[in-house]
Amino acid sequence: MTEKNFETHEHDVLVIGAGGAGLRAAIEASAMGLSVGLICKSLLGKAHTVMAEGGVAAALGNVESRDNWRVHFRDTMKGGRYLNQWRMAQLHAQEAPDRVNELEEWGALFDRTADGRILQRNFGGHTYPRLAHVGDRTGLEMIRTLQQHGIHTGMHVYMECTLTRLFTDGERVTGCFGYWRENGKFVVFKTKAIVMASGGIGRIFKINSNSWECTGDGQALAYLAGAELMDMEFMQFHPTGMVWPPSVRGTLITEGVRGEGGTLRNKDGKRIMFGYIPELYAGDTAQTEEEADTWLQDSAKGIASKAKRTPDLLPRDIVARAIHTEVKAGRGSPHGGVFLDIATRRSAEDIKKKLPAMYHQFMELGDVDITKEPMEVGPTGHYTMGGIKVDSDTQESRVKGLFAAGECAAGMHGSNRLGGNSLSDLLVFGRIAGAHAGKYAKSVQAKELDKGAIQEAEKEALSPFDHAEGPNPFALHEDLMNQMQKYVGIMRNAEDLASGMKELERLKFSLGKVAVSGPRHYNSAWHEAIDMRNMLIVSEAMAKAAAQRKESRGGHAREDFSEMDKEHFAKVNIVLRRGKNGEMELEEVPLPPVPDEIKKVLEEKE
Amino acid sequence: MADKATVRVFRGNEEGGEFKEYEVETYTGMVVLDAIHEIQAKQAPDLAVRWNCKAGRCGSCSAEVNGKPRLMCMTRMSHFPEGEPITVTPMRTFPIIKDLVTDVSFNYEMAKKIPPFKPRPRDADGHWRMQQYDIDRIQEFRKCIECFLCQNVCHVLRDHDKKKEFAGPRFFIHLATLEMHPLDTVDRRQMMKDDFGLGLCNITKCCTEVCPEHIQITDNGIIPIKERVADDNYDPVRWLLSKFSGKKKKSLPVIQSTPGDAGAATIKSKKKTA
Repeated sequence: MTEKNFETHEHDVLVIGAGGAGLRAAIEASAMGLSVGLICKSLLGKAHTVMAEGGVAAALGNVESRDNWRVHFRDTMKGGRYLNQWRMAQLHAQEAPDRVNELEEWGALFDRTADGRILQRNFGGHTYPRLAHVGDRTGLEMIRTLQQHGIHTGMHVYMECTLTRLFTDGERVTGCFGYWRENGKFVVFKTKAIVMASGGIGRIFKINSNSWECTGDGQALAYLAGAELMDMEFMQFHPTGMVWPPSVRGTLITEGVRGEGGTLRNKDGKRIMFGYIPELYAGDTAQTEEEADTWLQDSAKGIASKAKRTPDLLPRDIVARAIHTEVKAGRGSPHGGVFLDIATRRSAEDIKKKLPAMYHQFMELGDVDITKEPMEVGPTGHYTMGGIKVDSDTQESRVKGLFAAGECAAGMHGSNRLGGNSLSDLLVFGRIAGAHAGKYAKSVQAKELDKGAIQEAEKEALSPFDHAEGPNPFALHEDLMNQMQKYVGIMRNAEDLASGMKELERLKFSLGKVAVSGPRHYNSAWHEAIDMRNMLIVSEAMAKAAAQRKESRGGHAREDFSEMDKEHFAKVNIVLRRGKNGEMELEEVPLPPVPDEIKKVLEEKE
Repeated sequence: MADKATVRVFRGNEEGGEFKEYEVETYTGMVVLDAIHEIQAKQAPDLAVRWNCKAGRCGSCSAEVNGKPRLMCMTRMSHFPEGEPITVTPMRTFPIIKDLVTDVSFNYEMAKKIPPFKPRPRDADGHWRMQQYDIDRIQEFRKCIECFLCQNVCHVLRDHDKKKEFAGPRFFIHLATLEMHPLDTVDRRQMMKDDFGLGLCNITKCCTEVCPEHIQITDNGIIPIKERVADDNYDPVRWLLSKFSGKKKKSLPVIQSTPGDAGAATIKSKKKTA
């Protein structure tokens, strides 16, 4: 029996989050004839997937026939510095082409090749032109396609609903608790299986490209319900966020600008990336401007180039750190970034055609005409490689019936994600999670929810109203973002991380005293207070894991351990879980062994 | 640039409300959504507003600024005369939930009523071949971010409240997308007339004027589908032939807009698709 005071809904499968991964999971589970509920924090179609610009990576081989899943797999593993769960990277590379073609079946319209097939473009870390795209609004095309297909499959969509707790019976997931933004009333969901697809955690950083929703809800809810988090130290700082004016600091500029030939320059006009080619990529990266430009020209024409790739398209972690270093050395642009130049590289007409959203964005928000002037860019908190630890084949967490897909799940990208691999990730693993959640739901009976747990959840959600006076939740959030940016940001060291953890303790204490007033009806301060719990959990996990990993790799860079460790840290993932007394436990878990046939694929040469 | 600005914000709900004035500090590049966030963080924590991407991509922060329907995240404070208050109100066509947040569920219900895309079979080699020039026009429609500003400003919905019989510009361009999609096989023409009220649109182009994506809703979307519904007069053979030949029925002029300048449009003749 659930409480009569609450609206209760029951489904076979409940999907939390309606970005690409959530929609894809819900479509899959619905197709199995199950009752599916899809819950989103915003309105349907507004999830952060809409911000994805450059494209979806899939070895379709339309532009470069030599491309296939083996090359894509190898690129992905190399990009992640081999910390990826190999099986996830394999499934991803193998299934991505089918998932992209399937979107076309549901009405998506990707840009075309001359012979009428799906066009693909170059992107950082991808050996061949691999990203199916629609100008620079690929994410919008994908979410709209999934949305328009999904609403006709019988799924029930719950919009503007935020969940605050998952329920388990100690072993398996049984339901969850949340509130409607609109009226602040509580709602209880009873379900056999949950697919968590809640996206990222970017709002813990001051400079970020994420929307208000990206507060680590799914990671925190799963953690509190007994699931493990993994790879939380790996945060992708996208190299090219806007830096000026202050209003748009952090807003994303697509890697597609560099894919179309854009180059990064410092204040002296020097192309910076030639000075930052790491050993791992030295063999396939151009050493001179001439060679880099030959490669760009050839690949724009669809010719298999003899020249090596431009270093402007090295993986994101490398480019972001290069920009950081240039700025620190005093060679940055006036507002603390570097210059990204497309104006001298492509015609105004090409720029407007290939990068319309970028043109528009700079014209209207930055007073910069990118067909005439360079952009000022700098790193921005963008994507978390870490998240809920899942089984590579089923996407199930260690809590039975709790699955995860997309950005909130860990393992696919290792220590660094390649551009374009998130859109393919969410399609591939959204489908897999939906299918396995459906299969699981068919094998079990729904369980009654524990009355006491519901009451606890209600009490917790209302606690910000208990105090007449106390810290303002918006001020606390601002404080958190500043601390994380300062101590757990793009460059880390032991001392900073220790300071960061101290600040997080202080913030946790403050959150306990936070005060919110007014009615529950669409009360933004209350929502912010509730989200803060989740942001503090993922922040703590990131700081702890970062302190543990004494090396620099992918989206984790240490000043005090600036090299990539070839021994110990090359072989372990860092896993965090909630201990018996509520403390956060950390464990180093060895990477799963790589079978011989996969080793062979990794060693193949192009 | 002024250091301070006065923002008048509607505070209330469907039953009523009032304007409250807030003073905010301004800075370079500031947009109206920044001002609303400032007010929320420091002066009115329970102020309700929707937003997501803050880059004009998601269409969440639609409102009326000094009476004009706009995305708050793309509206610069410096756009308005210094020293005069800036008034922000919720979209008028939809019921108010609270402050700047409106109930836009009408749009989601309408979306469900439109029969979905159903493609013809793939080519023998498993691909679907489409030429870029065959999809250029519908890619323009697919830029729609569902901000619902066009729905808000359309007088059939705004003044005459015909939500039961009229789908509105957002869904006309969705219907146009499906109608012009080279792969789609469903005939929705009768529905466009009978169920979605296409005939009620009298082409005042208000929707086109407010579209933040500069989609030529009326000229490139609504007028062509109106013509198809009227012209073909439900001749199924002619309709079917046109679908499968991959030809457009007419070489209509495509009006291309320049971003940032919705008013000025240039007419280019459409490439022959045959």
